[in-house]
Amino acid sequence: MVLFVVFAGTVAYVLGKATGYGPSVGMWVFVMSIIYSFISYFFSDKIVLATSGAKQIKKSDNPELFRIVENLAIGDGIPMPKVYIINDPSPNAFATGRDPKHAAVAATTGILERLNKAELEGVLAHELSHVKNYDTRLLAITAVLVGFISLLTDMFMRQLWWGGFRGNDDERDNRGQAIFMVIGIILAVLAPIIASLIQLAVSRKREFLADASGALLTRYPEGLASALEKISLDPRPLKTATNATAHLFIVNPFKGKNFQSMFTNAFSTHPPIEERIKILRSM
Amino acid sequence: MDATTIILFIGGIVLVSSWLIYNGLVTAKVRIAEALSQIDIQLKRRTDLIPNLVETVKGYAKHEKELLENVTKARTSLMSADTTAEKAETNNQLTQTLKSLFAVVESYPDLKANQNFLSLQEELSDTENKIAYSRQFYNTNVLGYNTKLTTFPSMLIGNLFKFKAAEFFEAEEADKKPVKVSF
Repeated sequence: MVLFVVFAGTVAYVLGKATGYGPSVGMWVFVMSIIYSFISYFFSDKIVLATSGAKQIKKSDNPELFRIVENLAIGDGIPMPKVYIINDPSPNAFATGRDPKHAAVAATTGILERLNKAELEGVLAHELSHVKNYDTRLLAITAVLVGFISLLTDMFMRQLWWGGFRGNDDERDNRGQAIFMVIGIILAVLAPIIASLIQLAVSRKREFLADASGALLTRYPEGLASALEKISLDPRPLKTATNATAHLFIVNPFKGKNFQSMFTNAFSTHPPIEERIKILRSM
Repeated sequence: MDATTIILFIGGIVLVSSWLIYNGLVTAKVRIAEALSQIDIQLKRRTDLIPNLVETVKGYAKHEKELLENVTKARTSLMSADTTAEKAETNNQLTQTLKSLFAVVESYPDLKANQNFLSLQEELSDTENKIAYSRQFYNTNVLGYNTKLTTFPSMLIGNLFKFKAAEFFEAEEADKKPVKVSF
């Protein structure tokens, strides 16, 4: 995370120097990114739940699911989150919420049909751990940084095209500026990609952490391991997931695509399932 | 930088760290107290269900008076338990009496089919899970607190302000023995 912030700062500095406008532009873009992300962060749970077609349930609608979530929340010492069900045959689940007080977990009808109680507990413990570890907050911050970098590089490239750099009166400074310009162009092209890669790496790390926290909560890592096995055997992608919400689900909702290559793995929000199962079984 | 500045700087760091560590210890202690009261909440949930259960069973199995009395007595002793050890023991006794009760119910098919009885049975087994989870949470907090008290440098602050280690919730001896199922 710290490296990401440093990286973003470096990009801002270089581009600032290259355009001659200095760091003030960076500040303004930073403010804009924060405002934008603030809004999306505060309403993220409502937005996500609405786009995935989730319906909130009471205890009487599905007492088993309700009880599992209730008991796990007691085990973690957090208030009980709202429980939602998504009507979709593909097995998956997610958790959202900026902190444990404003949290929600959702499960598809597919996952409820397919898993037994211990496996369901493992999955929901993983989701609850995302809430407890403040992962939504963390990923929102990374989204701020990615947006910040994208905006900056975008503005830079636009200025490159349309002109409008401030030159300096001093000859030597102009040459320095040219060097920054070159670095700036390279960064402008690469930075958004690097930023996305970092964001995805953070997301994968947090997935492993949620696996471990969940296993610690249930004291039964085999539950989640066998659940992941069952889910990975199902080839159907989740209908209501989008690129923006993909990272929230327990397994990557866009299945059916080839996951084997390392290149694709770098761009995945989730670590490969085989590795997750291997780590869980070795606990 | 002269010697006084360096000393003041180091002194400042020590003071601030001590303050933060002290607050960490106090927070951990408060969390344990809260976790303990959580266990009590779950135990109460359990005791609340018992009267209803006794009434339902009485309706069908009048001859099992002694068994039902045992359950009620166990419940009363749980409700009047004070210390953590007492609570654990009386809760265990209640579990034992309930086990006998549910075993006897097997020979009353009408009672077994009763909706009220079935849902009570479900609720009771759920409270056992809840009690287990709340104990787990309590133990996790005790672990964190005790670890702080024994690791460096927080142990220094702990000893200075006389923080005492907390007790884990131990499994009862009876719980550890394998369950004998007889039909």
